Amino acid sequence: MITAHNLWKHYGDHTVLERINVTVDEGEFITLVGASGCGKTTFLKLLLGVESISRGSLTLSGEPIASEPGPDRGIVFQQYSVFPHMSVLENVVAAIGFRQPGLTGFLFGQPKKDAEELSLSLISKVGLQAAAHKYPHELSGGMRQRLAIAQALMAKPKILLLDEPFGALDPGIRADMHTLVLDLWRENNLTVFMVTHDLKEGFHLGTRLWVFDKPRIDPHAPEAYGATITYDLSTSRNTDVAFSETSP
Amino acid sequence: MKRLINLTPAPAMKWLLGLLPFAVLLLLYVVTSDARLAENAADKLLPSFGSMQEAMTRMAFEPSKRSGDYLFWTDTASSLRRLGAGVAIAAVLGLIIGIATGALPMLSAVFSPLLTVTSLIPCLALLPVLFIVLGLGELSKVVLIAIGITPFIARDIQRRTREIPVEQLIKAQTLGANSAQIICRVLLPQLMPKLINAVRLSLGAGWLFLIAAEAIASTDGLGYRIFLVRRYLSMDVILPYVAWITLLAFVFDYLLRRISKRLYPWELAE
Ligand SMILES: Nc1ncnc2c1ncn2[C@@H]1O[C@H](COP(=O)(O)OP(=O)(O)O)[C@@H](O)[C@H]1O
Ligand SMILES: [Mg+2]
Repeated sequence: MITAHNLWKHYGDHTVLERINVTVDEGEFITLVGASGCGKTTFLKLLLGVESISRGSLTLSGEPIASEPGPDRGIVFQQYSVFPHMSVLENVVAAIGFRQPGLTGFLFGQPKKDAEELSLSLISKVGLQAAAHKYPHELSGGMRQRLAIAQALMAKPKILLLDEPFGALDPGIRADMHTLVLDLWRENNLTVFMVTHDLKEGFHLGTRLWVFDKPRIDPHAPEAYGATITYDLSTSRNTDVAFSETSP
Repeated sequence: MKRLINLTPAPAMKWLLGLLPFAVLLLLYVVTSDARLAENAADKLLPSFGSMQEAMTRMAFEPSKRSGDYLFWTDTASSLRRLGAGVAIAAVLGLIIGIATGALPMLSAVFSPLLTVTSLIPCLALLPVLFIVLGLGELSKVVLIAIGITPFIARDIQRRTREIPVEQLIKAQTLGANSAQIICRVLLPQLMPKLINAVRLSLGAGWLFLIAAEAIASTDGLGYRIFLVRRYLSMDVILPYVAWITLLAFVFDYLLRRISKRLYPWELAE
């Protein structure tokens, strides 16, 4: 489904990613770990189309990835993922309105009622029914991330990108979020890419875990070489434990 | 004894402390005014509160002998009409220019340099041009206020637009929103409280332009009156007029702040 072939990404002289060769099938749950600043977010940005690749190719179903974000690829950031001026319900309904053509994406009459009903059922599914009319600033961090996930799913993406979505949450809340994400992943047939700095979380959630690291380091020019996927592991939830080192 | 930086007044105390300088200034005025009047009962420089009240009763509650108008109120109405029209035009233009150049890089490339240059023009120097081109009527005064504060509002809104986290714009795009939807639904609502704030900050400049324009060419208005009675050294009219303008400015600022809080409860909550 997604194929990277000899992919490089530079910012000026700074090589962030180099020689990435991977193929991802539909329905995989990929977790990305690696040192801070090694290019995990950059990789998600390439998939989103916010940044463009410098060399090589990155294709989705055989086509080069679109150069701007679109509804086939959803995203949840660590923060700022929801619209602060909309209530929980409005945030999710907006995701339906934005799929319609038109200047404002506002819905009226029956379509609006249908959209609210659909949104409320999803809001209940992520456990926010009691907060449907609250604004994001009235929610806890965990509730905000549930909202961000619900909103992203409303656009019915094939691919869901999560950039350290639970990084700011308490460990207790995280366990609930893990269950939620796994449920939604199975039900919606999603392909998930999730960045995490918690290796345990990566093993627990992913069907496949990628470790980003720099295989070459020039001590005099630390930015000369980029990171690549040094380990590509199938986790235990995937039949049996496979351990393979990708050839860069 | 706590450190000075940790000493905070209790709420009631804070009010009293805030009122103290006003009381001192008022007292100072009364004392000096009395002293001067005792020396020379015809002194016009620091009129007593009694004579100010007398003058204002004449201005506000007795029809003018010449026109039959209640001058204080017609002055106020004329000035507020000009200020309101000028500020409203500036707010609308500033919002449109600010969002367009803040959200659309192509438009920004075309208009940002122009905006920077126009915001540097000292507007009062343009006043003669406006009088020549637009005549001495209402239009030139309203236009002066509008062009005086539009660049400020536009630049503020432009900056605020760019401050909206890029994550929100990306998110909207992943939900399928087009550019118009992003501007209408993501940017515009979040910029409305910023616009109110920008208007609050620009009202001071608005008053300045209003009074300047009225002083130079007008037949009524608060600024006109102050400059007219200056010829007779009528401090008993000038001082209450200045106090009235200050009060109006304070009330507008307060109202705008309240409106913003009421309409946009999510603002400043981040
Ligand atoms: N727009 C940019 N311009 C220049 N350098 C960037 C830019 N975005 C990211 N980088 C650099 O790329 C490297 C990888 O960043 P990032 O992908 O955010 O790392 P992380 O793995 O922590 O998510 C960092 O060293 C960062 O400084
Ligand atoms: Mg990151």
